[in-house]
Amino acid sequence: MRVIVVGAGQVGSTIAASLCEEHEVVVVDLDEDRVEALTFELDVLAVQGDGASLETLRETDIEGADMLIASTDDDETNIVTCGTAKTVGDPFTIARVKTTKYLDTWEHAEGALGVDFMVGTNLLTAKTAAQVIGLPAARDVDTFAGGRVQMAEFEVPEGSPLCGQTVQEADRFDSLTFAAIIRDHEVVIPTGATTIAGGDEVVVIGSNGSVQAMAAEVAPHADTTSDVLIVGGSDVGFQVAKLLERRGLHPRLIERDPERARDLAERLPDTTVLESDATDRDFLEREHIDEVDAVVAALDSDEMNLLASLLAKRLGASRAVAVVDDGDYVPLFEEVGVDVAVNPREATAEEITRFTRERYAENVAVIEDDRAEVLELEIDSDSVLAGRPIRESVADLPEGVVIGAITRGEAFVIPRGETVVEVGDSVVVFVDTEVLEDATAKL
Amino acid sequence: MTVRVDWRASVALVGRVLQYLSLPLLIPLGVSLYYGEDTLAFLVTVGLVLVLGFGLQALDDDPDIGAREGFLMVALTWLSVGLVGTVPYVLAGLGTESVLAQPANALFESMSGFTTTGATVMEQIGLERHSHALLLWRQLTQWLGGMGIVVLAVAILPELSVGGAQLMDAEAPGPGIEKLTPRIAETARVLWLVYLGFTVLECLLLLGANGLGLAPNMGVFNAVSHALTTMPTGGFSPEARSIEAFSATVQWLIIPFMVAAGTNFALFWRALTGERTALLADSEFRYYAGVLGVFAAVFSGLLFTGLGAGLAEIPAEVAPIPGELEDALRHGLFQTVSLVTTTGYASMDFNTWSNLGKTLLFVAMFLGGSAGSTGGAIKMVRTYVLLKSLKRELFTTVHPEAVEPVRLGGRALDEQALRGIYSFLLLYLLLFFAASVLVMLDATRVGTELSAFEGMAAAATTLGNVGPGFGEFGPMGNYLVFPDTTKLLMVFLMWVGRLEIIPVFVLLTAAYWRS
Repeated sequence: MRVIVVGAGQVGSTIAASLCEEHEVVVVDLDEDRVEALTFELDVLAVQGDGASLETLRETDIEGADMLIASTDDDETNIVTCGTAKTVGDPFTIARVKTTKYLDTWEHAEGALGVDFMVGTNLLTAKTAAQVIGLPAARDVDTFAGGRVQMAEFEVPEGSPLCGQTVQEADRFDSLTFAAIIRDHEVVIPTGATTIAGGDEVVVIGSNGSVQAMAAEVAPHADTTSDVLIVGGSDVGFQVAKLLERRGLHPRLIERDPERARDLAERLPDTTVLESDATDRDFLEREHIDEVDAVVAALDSDEMNLLASLLAKRLGASRAVAVVDDGDYVPLFEEVGVDVAVNPREATAEEITRFTRERYAENVAVIEDDRAEVLELEIDSDSVLAGRPIRESVADLPEGVVIGAITRGEAFVIPRGETVVEVGDSVVVFVDTEVLEDATAKL
Repeated sequence: MTVRVDWRASVALVGRVLQYLSLPLLIPLGVSLYYGEDTLAFLVTVGLVLVLGFGLQALDDDPDIGAREGFLMVALTWLSVGLVGTVPYVLAGLGTESVLAQPANALFESMSGFTTTGATVMEQIGLERHSHALLLWRQLTQWLGGMGIVVLAVAILPELSVGGAQLMDAEAPGPGIEKLTPRIAETARVLWLVYLGFTVLECLLLLGANGLGLAPNMGVFNAVSHALTTMPTGGFSPEARSIEAFSATVQWLIIPFMVAAGTNFALFWRALTGERTALLADSEFRYYAGVLGVFAAVFSGLLFTGLGAGLAEIPAEVAPIPGELEDALRHGLFQTVSLVTTTGYASMDFNTWSNLGKTLLFVAMFLGGSAGSTGGAIKMVRTYVLLKSLKRELFTTVHPEAVEPVRLGGRALDEQALRGIYSFLLLYLLLFFAASVLVMLDATRVGTELSAFEGMAAAATTLGNVGPGFGEFGPMGNYLVFPDTTKLLMVFLMWVGRLEIIPVFVLLTAAYWRS
């Protein structure tokens, strides 16, 4: 595969480095020194020039390229580069954008702006941070259907009240489906009579509330991460709050600028926005920071994030997650007491690399080293599910497929045997990898 | 001092509205011809509005309305319509024993009609004493005032299309208006269409009930008359004993229409144009329904247990209520809906209720319908927002740094809109207290016996455009007990109450008239 990487900053070079072993990589950058350095460091072709200009792209032989990754620090340049590439060739285009507004546009009409895949740095950073402070016993949490459906993978610890219960007994939640049990790395599709044992991992799909309730059930004595304090109302901070709200949490967010605080408060109905300085000790003590389960520092400067995280930890916060722009600081931060340091560039490079390797579709969660996938599908009239009760259509599907949740417009529909799936419904399904192709063809 | 307000433009537009007032006046004129009654009163009035209308219009042949002219135009329109409306009462009353021959009484009746208050000075209502035409005119004034004379003018007068939104904003109940269509004239037409639709539907249902024998005395005249005063939350009835004069079926039928009248009409339009859940999704409507439910449950409970009514005093026309579930429910619900929406009908004389019941009714008088409805008083959305913002105050007392916008249906309200609501509430209460004192003062001056509670109720019911009060001026009584000076004060209260105070009060500030 011939891959063109535009922008050789931290993100671009990391991607180029990880791809150059298997693929033919061309790197474009404005900076002559960087281009020269790359030529020697990596086994790539480095071209100096403006990636958004047709002339430079022609120089890279864009017509014959299979993929273009626009990863400069400038959102508009990246989008224009993708669009420009599409005018002369047909590479698969990936754009890195910082602000979420372009991502929103793109998600609303995928493939828009000449971009085939868009990676939103801020959102990705937020997701990484939010995942870390996720549900207590959960190993993995993913949201579907615009945040209305949640998939969670729980590890059932020995001694959990669920041990020894059958699925039927354990399934006390109205809008929750037990999709699978993973036992000794094998995927088991449970029936009502399947007994849950300690050490099992259960995959559940359902409404946010029911997944939360399930989490409490799995590990009732675990410190439930419910009290989260976000420091800094940057776009990342805002996205973290939004993701946590979607999970049914009520985070608090500290922002110093009055106007920004007001704006955030208007856009985050379930978040308490506090207008103050995160390094004000009195204020932090008054807000009982010692009872906070996790602090996410998402201020604009790395130093401030470090200070805020350490102060919060010192005052008694259980865990601190800090956003670190400079990748070199990551180990340093973690050494001095920040529990997790999230580097947006690293996360972006990882995401793009993973994407180019796996080409996985949007909204797919991979379970247990790709033994199974949870994916979201929109039902068209060709689907075996369309217009039939689930009890009937299941017979036509291979084993290892579980309908986890259905959303119809804004509404959450609980899938039961008699539920009739309609064309246009969004369905979240659990699929065993072995039958993946067969299942996706039928669904 | 140079006047910076183009008052000629405002007055000229008032002239245009007066010209159009001649059209609805043709209806009682036709009715008087049909019944062979006195036609002169209405002929003269038609002539008068035409002469006045064209005369005033001549002041400015190309009126240009700005924000300031808008306030003046709206305030003057309502005042002049009220004044012109007195003419038929006075003329019809001349030479008879009717109290309406006195201008102060006629003005009170006219203003009470247009502002959909429903307070009356007529001692003996009924066809024995008054002509069909006059009683129908009385109902018609309420129907015209309900959805708003200015809204109607915006719907039909092309010259108002530019400043129309401003004008409707000044007139419409509740804070701010909602444009349903890009063109304001279209929005005004839509609102009137929904209003007309409900009125016709109610009229047909009442006639249907009559046809089935369920509403013996609900003939064509009564059906039309009551349909004309339910939807505007008016409350006038050509029957002396209001809705008590009719069967339980009629009372049940009228309740949903009063509820609809107190609902934001924009919601009906959205529900009719495909947004099926518009009503239930609206937080103000849910709050409104909740308030009605709570009050109705309390009143029904009081009536059922006998705590609400002074037992011995239950009028002969009303079945004994305590222990009778249907009666208690019906009367509890009817009085709740009637007073909360500021309609002012009565299915029984609530003067006979205990002091506890009456106090609760008094509280209900302040609530009012939804924004964008035809109801008066404070309006649901304002108390709802107030409660939410009080909750916010309590929260920020504990968390002083918290930034907590007040939300209305998921949307954050800006602080300026909140301030507008606070000031309205404060102004409303100030006016209520001042008016109560003045009513009592005047009563003391002429030596009328009036309890403090009755005095306050008189102020609340006229300011809130409710209608009935307690005691002499209860739902089956009239306002003749008050001296003329108090009646004029009440005319003022009804006028400012209908326009929600601010559009009239800005005219009283010096800054309004200067640059």
